[in-house]
Amino acid sequence: MEQVAVNPWVALAYLVSGVCFILALRGLSSPTTSQQGNRYGMIGMAIAVMMTLVTHVPTVSLIVEGDDYAAIFSRVDKSAVFEILAAIGVGAAIGIVTARRIAMTAMPQLVAAFHSLVGLAAVLVAVAAYLNPVAFGIADVVTPLIGQPFAVIHAVSRIEMILGVAIGAITFSGSVIAFLKLNGNMGGAPILLPARHAINLGVGLAIAWFAFHFWLTQSPFDFWLVVLLSFAIGFLLIVPIGGADMPVVVSMLNSYSGWAAAAMGFTLHNSAMIITGALVGSSGAILSYIMCRAMNRSFISVIAGGFGQSAEAGSGGGAKVDRPWKRGSAEDAAFLMSQAEQVIIVPGYGMAVAQAQHVLREMADKLKEHGVRVKYAIHPVAGRMPGHMNVLLAEANVPYDEVFELEDINSEFAQTDVAFVIGANDVTNPAAKTDKTSPIYGMPVLDVEKAKTVLFVKRSMGGVGYAGVDNDVFYMDNTMMLLADAKKMVEEIVKSLD
Amino acid sequence: MDFVAILSIFVLACFVGYYVVWSVTPALHTPLMAVTNAISSVIIVGALIASAAAGSTSSKWLGLLGVVLASINIFGGFAVTSRMLAMYKKKERPAVAKH
Repeated sequence: MEQVAVNPWVALAYLVSGVCFILALRGLSSPTTSQQGNRYGMIGMAIAVMMTLVTHVPTVSLIVEGDDYAAIFSRVDKSAVFEILAAIGVGAAIGIVTARRIAMTAMPQLVAAFHSLVGLAAVLVAVAAYLNPVAFGIADVVTPLIGQPFAVIHAVSRIEMILGVAIGAITFSGSVIAFLKLNGNMGGAPILLPARHAINLGVGLAIAWFAFHFWLTQSPFDFWLVVLLSFAIGFLLIVPIGGADMPVVVSMLNSYSGWAAAAMGFTLHNSAMIITGALVGSSGAILSYIMCRAMNRSFISVIAGGFGQSAEAGSGGGAKVDRPWKRGSAEDAAFLMSQAEQVIIVPGYGMAVAQAQHVLREMADKLKEHGVRVKYAIHPVAGRMPGHMNVLLAEANVPYDEVFELEDINSEFAQTDVAFVIGANDVTNPAAKTDKTSPIYGMPVLDVEKAKTVLFVKRSMGGVGYAGVDNDVFYMDNTMMLLADAKKMVEEIVKSLD
Repeated sequence: MDFVAILSIFVLACFVGYYVVWSVTPALHTPLMAVTNAISSVIIVGALIASAAAGSTSSKWLGLLGVVLASINIFGGFAVTSRMLAMYKKKERPAVAKH
């Protein structure tokens, strides 16, 4: 069989679909254009799928032999068409039901689960292409003098294919671990294997060697070994990363899923896949970079994992002097806030855990009735994935023009009467600005301590933040600790505001 | 298409991605992840080719499984994105406080 000729109209259609995907991301530059962008995405996908369905109709060959003739007819294989449509239908049903039912607080898990599906799909496509390369137009059939004809996959395609399968497998197993951690099926704390760096390096080198060998020989042994080792390294890479580093992990896996799609796009010579892969790959990479910058940590140190481990031990051994702090009640908080001119609410992961976003918005509404200006300040790494807090606040009907990013609002704390910190801790810690020995030194933080009064909602005084560092804000004269479950405390404040 | 032509598309698309993604407002980073998830499932194209091809039964079934997985992602990803985006609202009335 010769190389499948690419019809220019088909190639053009895939290009259009790639452009639609660019517009889909472009739309996200503002909430007002985002819905339209999402529709472009759907159109792009519809074009790509339709084009593939139309140009790759499954056929069966019939050999009709008459008395004096023999002819080969090919006709549409209806059962195969049905199977494909059924497969799409099953996927659509599962996808739509999941998307409708999922709670907004569970969005990080859902995204991780979706990443794992992209990864697995990439592996399946690569394996299918490896088993039937002629169908993908990436092989020449060689007929030797003796023996069966066999397919020789093009050298370039061998590289693309092995890259696609490796990245796909890493995305899959890494995302499964990320999902289990985010979903609480697996402890969030980093799990550290002894000599894990050496193991990872060894597995990484082994993958590179067998991939190289596959390129030379096209041997199934090398192929399957790369698949297995890539699954293993995805697992090994994510297991030691925990808790607050999850936003980086989720972004990174997002990026990998893109690169996997791009690699398969190279294999299939499909511009829609390549454009999408490049978009998604850079998107995930940029998000990882933003998250790392927001924690002042290098990407390498996040990937190396184990953050928060040594610090936990340190805070126990450090035996801090008991410093005085003030405890406040819901009534105190309600009174202080109702008298304020401006209140800035600083939400964190704790708010998501307590599902306090709705009652928080009620509190904000009550405060507005008292003539208080309410704003929200979001730290980039608040929550477990980029933009997590924004979605939760949007879910609770908080208008997005009341929600501000760190750099846009940080200067306002000095002119603010009350900073209301709920479920956040490390992102408000002034030690990041002053204490060079602190593990979070250099991380950009919200300057809540500059507000006239800080109200800090926290479960108890015992627990420290993820980084395992004490927060000086707790012990300031102008801080009042509101020790309770976040949701209960805000509910009580709402009652007291009546 | 030859390799260099494909590589050119890829490299240019990386640059486009870089500038487009930096212009995404941080408030929409979660929908960004959801929608990138959906569009990266364009890998369904490969799965469709595999499942439509004659010649290898195992390849066909792997393709069909790939179609199911990618479809979950496509429909789920776009649906959850539009559900999220529908929640982002501006203030209904500019002047809320009357007291």
